Amino acid sequence: MTSSSPVARAGDGGAAGPAPVTPHNVPHRGGPANPTAEALRSRFGDAIRRIDVVWGETTVIVARERLLEIVRWLHDDPEQQYDYLSDVTGVEFRDPEPPLEVVWHLRALSRRRFLRLKVELPRGTPLEVESVWSVYRGADWLERECYDMFGIRFTGHPDLRRILMWEQYREGFPLRKDFPLRGRFSRAEQLRQALAANPEARYSMEELSIADAFEDLPDDMRQRLKAGERTGE
Amino acid sequence: MGLSPRPEPRSAEATGGESWVTTKLDALVNWSRANSLWPMPFGTACCAIEFMATAASKYDLARFGMERMSFSPRQADVLICAGRVPFKLAPVIRRIWQQMPQPKWCISMGACASSGGMFDNYAVVQGIDTIIPVDVYVPGCPPRPEGLLYGILLLQEKVKREHMGDETIRREMEPDPKSGLYIPPAAIDELSEPFGNSVHQTRSGL
Amino acid sequence: MATTRRTVDVALATTGLDERGRPVRTPLVTDASGSAIAVEEPPMLEPELGGEHMLINIGPQHPATHGVLRLVLELDGETVVRCIPHVGYLHCGFEKIGEYRQYNQIVPWTDREDYLNSIGNNVAFALGAERLFGLEITERCTVLRVIAAELSRIISHLVWLGTTCIDIGAFTPFLWSFQEREKVYTLLESWVGARLTTSATRVGGMAADIPDGWMDGLRAFIGAFPKTIDEVDRMLTKNAIWVGRTIGLGTMTAAEATNYGLSGPMLRASGVAYDVRKDFPYLDYETYDFDVPIGTNGDVYDRFLVRMEELRQSVRILQQAADRLPDGPVNVDDHRVVLPPKSKAMSDMESMIHHFKQVMEGPRPPVGEAYLAVESPKGEKGYYMVSDGTSKPVRWRIRPPSFVNLSAIPKMVEGHLLSDVIAINASIDIVMGEIDR
Repeated sequence: MTSSSPVARAGDGGAAGPAPVTPHNVPHRGGPANPTAEALRSRFGDAIRRIDVVWGETTVIVARERLLEIVRWLHDDPEQQYDYLSDVTGVEFRDPEPPLEVVWHLRALSRRRFLRLKVELPRGTPLEVESVWSVYRGADWLERECYDMFGIRFTGHPDLRRILMWEQYREGFPLRKDFPLRGRFSRAEQLRQALAANPEARYSMEELSIADAFEDLPDDMRQRLKAGERTGE
Repeated sequence: MGLSPRPEPRSAEATGGESWVTTKLDALVNWSRANSLWPMPFGTACCAIEFMATAASKYDLARFGMERMSFSPRQADVLICAGRVPFKLAPVIRRIWQQMPQPKWCISMGACASSGGMFDNYAVVQGIDTIIPVDVYVPGCPPRPEGLLYGILLLQEKVKREHMGDETIRREMEPDPKSGLYIPPAAIDELSEPFGNSVHQTRSGL
Repeated sequence: MATTRRTVDVALATTGLDERGRPVRTPLVTDASGSAIAVEEPPMLEPELGGEHMLINIGPQHPATHGVLRLVLELDGETVVRCIPHVGYLHCGFEKIGEYRQYNQIVPWTDREDYLNSIGNNVAFALGAERLFGLEITERCTVLRVIAAELSRIISHLVWLGTTCIDIGAFTPFLWSFQEREKVYTLLESWVGARLTTSATRVGGMAADIPDGWMDGLRAFIGAFPKTIDEVDRMLTKNAIWVGRTIGLGTMTAAEATNYGLSGPMLRASGVAYDVRKDFPYLDYETYDFDVPIGTNGDVYDRFLVRMEELRQSVRILQQAADRLPDGPVNVDDHRVVLPPKSKAMSDMESMIHHFKQVMEGPRPPVGEAYLAVESPKGEKGYYMVSDGTSKPVRWRIRPPSFVNLSAIPKMVEGHLLSDVIAINASIDIVMGEIDR
């Protein structure tokens, strides 16, 4: 392990700029924007719908169909180098007019920059957006959670299935605003559905696609799986 | 008490046939059971950390003969459910309870295990007593180690009050074949009614 | 051979599955300048001819999984061929319920999600809310929050230490670390009234100022604590068993770690110098003199060394904070956000109205959004809040470091033995409350 010296990074004072300080008295709106926003605008033109600076953070709203291209450029371009995906999430507003937003939080670690990207999904349009898994492996579970909670499909994700709720969860997508806090079903019904998920039949078919393991399963389990029994979490 | 799935233990007179031998045998068996309860820590969340703190040196659980944590339900006496139980975990705790051999007891540690706690939402079981028979409820969020120890002492007293002739206390709780649940659905819904929490996003107030 | 059938019918643009029906995983490799280059598929770990793989299930109830985590492992003998983690067994709807609570009412929820870092989460949430409100906290509050955050880091790392040692087989450090934690619990209890679920901060300040004599207790603790670190160090760092069980395990290169979104000691052990306190500072961390340990190999041993050193650095920060704690008010002097003193609320009409509005409706931030990340013991912890001008957030998002760190576990355990899986899992330092929320 290297000695614990003060964090120094190649490019400190250069590409990274002066040493960062705690922001104080940040204005609500306005203020200096992340230079990436202008670079995006000059590179992608119309695909950049809007740039906002709120509480010192730059938000860039982009067109849905060009998202992956933009993210890939942000990752690969040597002037940008947004090598770190911090978060992928969704936001749904209480009023019916604002669209549902999908939000990405990106960081360029060597340049100490933070950027928020948004795609707006207007109500009534299918909730689909491209997955950035091919650029950031960290998007794997983050996008699965976004799907689980909002129902947003990430096209190109290798394994899009529920992650926090069980796979046969039928009540809906919990973080949507039309989903009531205590769920759609009565407590007794929720318990019944939860208990019906048989913990013995524990494996999804994907896990049992291992040919050798299938042969080794006990006979009755093999019969049940062959008969198409759906297994629960 | 009408909602308790576990019938009240019957007194020695009710079971009939009490004699000097059986009372002494009862005392011996209960004393040995109470002082060597092997806990099965079903720790999920913050209460599990307080449980670990109770087992550590300052609030030592070894004084009560409970330092041998049994992580296999087959060798455990007490299921200590420490932490919130979401619906996804409900079949797991039910299965673990079924795997524990009699005699077995259950301590519901913390507000979330006892009643759902502050999580009155779509995801959390509103009290594990809807799926498992609970002997002692320890309130707190999380309960202090002293609180958990008091709960354990109460359980020990409960164990010591048992009678060997009373077969009702060792009965397994079976689900109702019609509903698949362990207590009547109407009872579950009544227990889980919203109480005092705000379920409105836009209205102010409590 | 069993045909693959997905349990959830989802139409994907590309199937993302190989011919055996398993998810395609292409490791990411970067060239010299740091940009990603696509690589051809590495050979999948193929079973031997006639070999049999075993499918075993760890959890969700198992002492070694640090909570209700379920790992399904495909084993070839004792070597792990594939690992599929299942989470969600502790999903309790935090983010949903955050939309139904006023900002100050959300503080107790932040205790419960990463329950090892309760007061650190309180601090992080309060900072995020204050960013959303546009408030500047007082000097005294800033220093007190640094003290809270670093104490929280210490107790979280102590739990990691104790449980990791148990998993790997050493029982005694568990008792030592919980003994030290009891001392910190006593301090926290005398400050805010609770040991674990502290709910110590409020928007604009703290729930309570430190009582008289508290600083003596803090100084006593930071005077004695380094001896415990030294004791653990003497026992483990050069111990042949410990080193043999941890070195070379679960290695993540710097490029992989960055791409997977790892943070905290996981990322720093792989050699990436990213610490939110240094790179995106908050609470005036740039004015404190401390180092951030960086590892080289990114294996379990390096993560152990990084966390041990972080304990020492936390003590260093606490020493400086204790020396510089200024006098003054703890809460912001804005009664639209902070409750007025009770005496004024009972006598002065304006204060009474402020009190009434705040209790019944709650303080209301302007329309906007803010994402504030702090360096929690697990990694980059962020609270993203969107406000529509009402007293309850439209969206309260918790960026969970353990969730993203855990998603790398299939990559880390491939090719290792079953007992190594436990050690690697312990080294990630996960807390299920944060992963599942």
